[in-house]
Amino acid sequence: MPDIYIARSSAIAARILAGEMMIMNSADSTFFTLNEVATAIWQAADGRTPLSQIVREHICGQYDVEAGQAQADAEQFVADLSHHGILLVSDRPFAPQASA
Amino acid sequence: MSSEHTACVEIGGVPIALSTTSYHFFALLLRRYENFLSASVPEFALDFEIVDARPATDEDTCVRRDGEEWLIERGDFSARWNAREGTGLVRQNANPYSLDAVLRILHSLILAGRGGFLLHAASAICEGQAYLFSGISGAGKTTMTRLAPSDVTLLTDEISYVRPEVRDEVRDEVRHDAARASAAYRAFGTPFAGELAKPGENTSAPIGALFFLEKGPQNRIEPMPASEAVRRLMRNILFFAEDPALVEKLFASACELVASLPIRRLTFYPDPRVWEEVRRFGRDHPRGRSLHDGVKQEKLAHA
Repeated sequence: MPDIYIARSSAIAARILAGEMMIMNSADSTFFTLNEVATAIWQAADGRTPLSQIVREHICGQYDVEAGQAQADAEQFVADLSHHGILLVSDRPFAPQASA
Repeated sequence: MSSEHTACVEIGGVPIALSTTSYHFFALLLRRYENFLSASVPEFALDFEIVDARPATDEDTCVRRDGEEWLIERGDFSARWNAREGTGLVRQNANPYSLDAVLRILHSLILAGRGGFLLHAASAICEGQAYLFSGISGAGKTTMTRLAPSDVTLLTDEISYVRPEVRDEVRDEVRHDAARASAAYRAFGTPFAGELAKPGENTSAPIGALFFLEKGPQNRIEPMPASEAVRRLMRNILFFAEDPALVEKLFASACELVASLPIRRLTFYPDPRVWEEVRRFGRDHPRGRSLHDGVKQEKLAHA
């Protein structure tokens, strides 16, 4: 599968509280909470780092998880948040202004 | 302003001049907000033009920006509010419920810029601290106020007025400075009554805790994950404008409050003993401490 790039939408507000990342989509007021692994992906979503590199450096390097499983879980997570307009996904790096 | 009659009504420490040419409406206004009339210099001004009667309704409230102004419309009133100038014009019938609705919406807009909000919650002062009891309709907000002992001061049984206690000159500044991080919150009485049909006292107190109500076979106070507290708080904040910038401000305010105050689930059996639990909780938990540290959720992401 070709690599993908992810960027945080500018239409969201995000806060870490008591160790939890909370995200609100200000366009439709939907609310999300992320666990530790999802937060690591979210924080690394700079629009220029490929998802596979994010998984390798921020997930496999930090958590005891098999690489293929981590990549599959990350892709599912990205698909979920992309569906809600929280993450932007592209098959090429985003221009600098596209990332939050 | 051309209106003949003007009164300053101060709710939540926000004095607003309400003016009208209608003596009948002015008399209604004075009666309704009798305990909230103020000699303060008004920060804002609303002019009321009384039009033909239409039935009051809670449906179809629309609040949207129109250039520099907010347009506020419902079946029984329409209003234009210029936030920069702090002035507005309301066209409504001489109906107290319409008047309440206009003021609630206006205060929600003003508070959003000050880190506060109106909350679907009963609130009352007990031993110098305010306690908020929030929940959906039927959760027990009015019941809690009815069960309150005589030394408890009612602030409201329906709409709580919450704002941070910080100096005026810093409250609209950057949200992460030291003043914001240490902000405490204060609850004010409001004239906006629910089933109790009784306005709150015109007073205020620092907030000791926010409880989300659930009815059950016995009284129990339990911790709540921060994310659940923020989620419930956002659901119960009164806000009418579909405006992303204001939604972001409210989200930040909700997070600030959850980080600053004890937030608990209060399962209660509707008899007066629940107030003994509240009183005990207040004595055991000094104001300003939050106990959310270390709580995590397991789901990767959910809406």
